[in-house]
Amino acid sequence: MNSVDPTIFLILLQDGIVNGAIYALLALSLVLVFAVTRVVLIPQGEFVAYGALTYATLGAGRVPGSVFLLCALGIAACGYGFWAERRTLDLSATLRLLGETILLPAAVLVLTLWLAPQRAGIAVEAFLALLIVAPMAPYLYRIAFQPMAEASVLVLLIAAVGVHLAMVGLGLVFFGPEGSRGDAFSGATYTLGALTVPGQALWIVGATLLIMAALALFFGLTLRGKALRATAVNRLGARLVGIPTAQSGRLAFALAGCIGALSGVLIAPLTTVYYDSGFLIGLKGFVAAIVGGLVSYPAALVAALAVGIGESFSSFYASAFKEVIVFGAIVPVLLARSLLAAPEAEEE
Amino acid sequence: MTDVVLEVEELSATYRGVVAVEGLTLNVPAGRIVTVIGPNGAGKTTLLNAVMGVLPARGVVRFRGEAIGRLDVEARVRRGISLVPETRELFATLGVEDNLRLGFWRHRGAGAAAMRRALDEVYALFPRLRERRSQAAGTLSGGERQMLAMGRALMARPSLLMLDEPSLGLAPLIVRDIFRAIAALRDTGVAILLVEQNARAALQVAEYGYVLETGRIALQGASAMLAADPRVIETYLGVG
Ligand SMILES: Nc1ncnc2c1ncn2[C@@H]1O[C@H](COP(=O)(O)OP(=O)(O)O)[C@@H](O)[C@H]1O
Ligand SMILES: [Mg+2]
Repeated sequence: MNSVDPTIFLILLQDGIVNGAIYALLALSLVLVFAVTRVVLIPQGEFVAYGALTYATLGAGRVPGSVFLLCALGIAACGYGFWAERRTLDLSATLRLLGETILLPAAVLVLTLWLAPQRAGIAVEAFLALLIVAPMAPYLYRIAFQPMAEASVLVLLIAAVGVHLAMVGLGLVFFGPEGSRGDAFSGATYTLGALTVPGQALWIVGATLLIMAALALFFGLTLRGKALRATAVNRLGARLVGIPTAQSGRLAFALAGCIGALSGVLIAPLTTVYYDSGFLIGLKGFVAAIVGGLVSYPAALVAALAVGIGESFSSFYASAFKEVIVFGAIVPVLLARSLLAAPEAEEE
Repeated sequence: MTDVVLEVEELSATYRGVVAVEGLTLNVPAGRIVTVIGPNGAGKTTLLNAVMGVLPARGVVRFRGEAIGRLDVEARVRRGISLVPETRELFATLGVEDNLRLGFWRHRGAGAAAMRRALDEVYALFPRLRERRSQAAGTLSGGERQMLAMGRALMARPSLLMLDEPSLGLAPLIVRDIFRAIAALRDTGVAILLVEQNARAALQVAEYGYVLETGRIALQGASAMLAADPRVIETYLGVG
């Protein structure tokens, strides 16, 4: 094996950090969703793929099929909401439900039909892609997970796999088998010594830092953010002070949907995304989340960076084994975790 | 005025077909402390959980005249019922004051000043909590956790406070503090349903009591009368 050229080293490191940033965002939302709802969010990667493909389709001046899925999910969520809350619905709750599940997708549909053909610009299209994809997550929560919120982790996991498979299938219907790329947010490149940094890489890292700062403020300072943490650390305690845990679940899913869709929009200009690309991307976020035991945010962040960097170096030195190396690396980590955690686990 | 805050009629609850409580009928008047005493496994916790809506149950539960049996837990909190469970159920990784603030969830629209006032009232009742306000709830001592659990429930400004064995596992001095706080609360007008194994302390602070044995009410009466009942003395008050 050749000795490491410092320039190549830096390029690989940069790639790794950019990938790692995306994995970190996904890991963050996986940890959040699991902590609040105990759902292992397998379809997280689909939000990424949908976000990327919706953005790319808008960029081609066409109406993405995902906007019709959004409407269908909204209607289903509305129907389920009325049935599930039939005993407690008052006027304001009814209006809120209608606004969330009917009015919002209808408005997004109108916006999309109006804006898509006229190429409204990258910023508008990125925002529109977010509006189309992100609300799917809380609708899916209402339809697929809320009815069995008290079920075991395994049952919820099976439901999550079902949602994942359905979304991949529908992705093929809406976006077709061929992959697409979106327009870059910035065509600029910056030179840093021997290193050329594309503007898009800066967008990704910057957006990641911004989202993390926003989440930290939300969870650290607002009562609603604290209510979400409270639901995560003690569901029964949260119910006893009157925090509606179903609403917490929807909020966690909404955040995950936003983060997933935004990740998709951010990576669309860097790689060709296919309808089924989400799974592998999501899985790497998942690896990072698992390293954090699905509970620790800092551990998940560090692990996400390690996964990104590990992936970038292994794809250079042993590209055929890239995925094997990344997923293989999780085994010793899990082993160490289970050995370290053994005495604790015994108590339960 | 003898308004009845809570009326329970013929309440029954089962765990996978095994009867835990059966045919319970009891009342809690406004501004009074009513206690339910009984040995371990009698069904005291089951009763409170059923009234709170944590457990499904048959029978009628009326709160200030409204049948609430079909409401979920959150809706019962909104009506003005708070439960301090036997297991406390604090938010361990959040700070003491954050736990209290979340207790105010039901009134979160009332504004920061109202929350401040509610916090100050809880701190006045349990000064220890003010000293510990930025400490994580999971690091508190047993007595402080009980105070925090009660404080969090009080932040909701309930008209009915249900306490499940507040003295459980606490040192005698702390138990005395807790019962003092319970007596002080009655004077603010909140109705209290107090479940205890510590029958002596419970009968001292309460006006009326029920004795629960294997899921049924075995005895009831004014506290002074119960405390003088030979059966209660023999089984629950002991010789000491
Ligand atoms: N989760 C449960 N599953 C099955 N049985 C239970 C459960 N909780 C309590 N029980 C049973 O119900 C009865 C009443 O229990 P509980 O209400 O906890 O009594 P207490 O609070 O008076 O000690 C007991 O016989 C107990 O074994
Ligand atoms: Mg009990």
